[in-house]
Amino acid sequence: MKLQTATRLGLYAVLELARDPDRTLSAADLAERFGVSNHHLAKVLGTLSTAGFVRGGRGASGGYRFIGNRKRTTLMDIVALFEPAPGQRAKEPGEDTDIGSALQRVLLEIDEIAEATLRSISLETLLAHL
Amino acid sequence: MAAIRPVQASDLPAISALDARLTGSEKPDYWREMLEAPGRHFLLAETDKGLAGFIAGEIRAWEFGQPPAGWVFAIQIDPKLRLRGVGTELFEALVARFKAEGVTRVRTLVDRKDHLILSFFRAQGMVAGPSLQLDKDLS
Repeated sequence: MKLQTATRLGLYAVLELARDPDRTLSAADLAERFGVSNHHLAKVLGTLSTAGFVRGGRGASGGYRFIGNRKRTTLMDIVALFEPAPGQRAKEPGEDTDIGSALQRVLLEIDEIAEATLRSISLETLLAHL
Repeated sequence: MAAIRPVQASDLPAISALDARLTGSEKPDYWREMLEAPGRHFLLAETDKGLAGFIAGEIRAWEFGQPPAGWVFAIQIDPKLRLRGVGTELFEALVARFKAEGVTRVRTLVDRKDHLILSFFRAQGMVAGPSLQLDKDLS
């Protein structure tokens, strides 16, 4: 399964912050840890903050901390912030043909299994099995 | 903390009632058979207020070509007592019995839309197994 870069960074950031909810880390701290640009990570943290998973301080040195519920938040909750829902993606050419629709059923099966997996793993569970 | 013990015939009405309340279908014969079949592990958790939950499983050898493993057939916890570790206690008690019989793997099958039970087994450290369940509508 291929996740968009923003999704992976969102998962990395939220999991790193959820490891210790009392700890505050800046976008720069997190960017350095994952080897990505500050700018890219700041955008991701903005999305996580709007969704209520993290709270960030203002300014370049402002830190972020996890404010969600580790037991109740699943990997899918984070993925859904960055990836289009399966039903919302644009139709691809050829999907209306018999071959296209049979192929779509296979891809939907894969999506359903991936979603069930991501929805079944809470941040708490993943952090407990590092 | 709940006490774990093997199910007895006198527990079956309460077990059947809890299951019917949670699944919407009454199946007393199924639970009687679960208790009577040789080799099954059928355990319950109880508090001073009565039945808190139950778990059932057995070791199956060469099922679907797989070497011996412990299979969890069913687990139900009273909704009022969830998130208090009762399910984990039952699971660990069943796994201890499987280990005592010499198996090193535990398996189960879960409805992929049942996120609650999927999350429970994930929290016990279970991951996708080596088999894929396949299904066909015969109607």
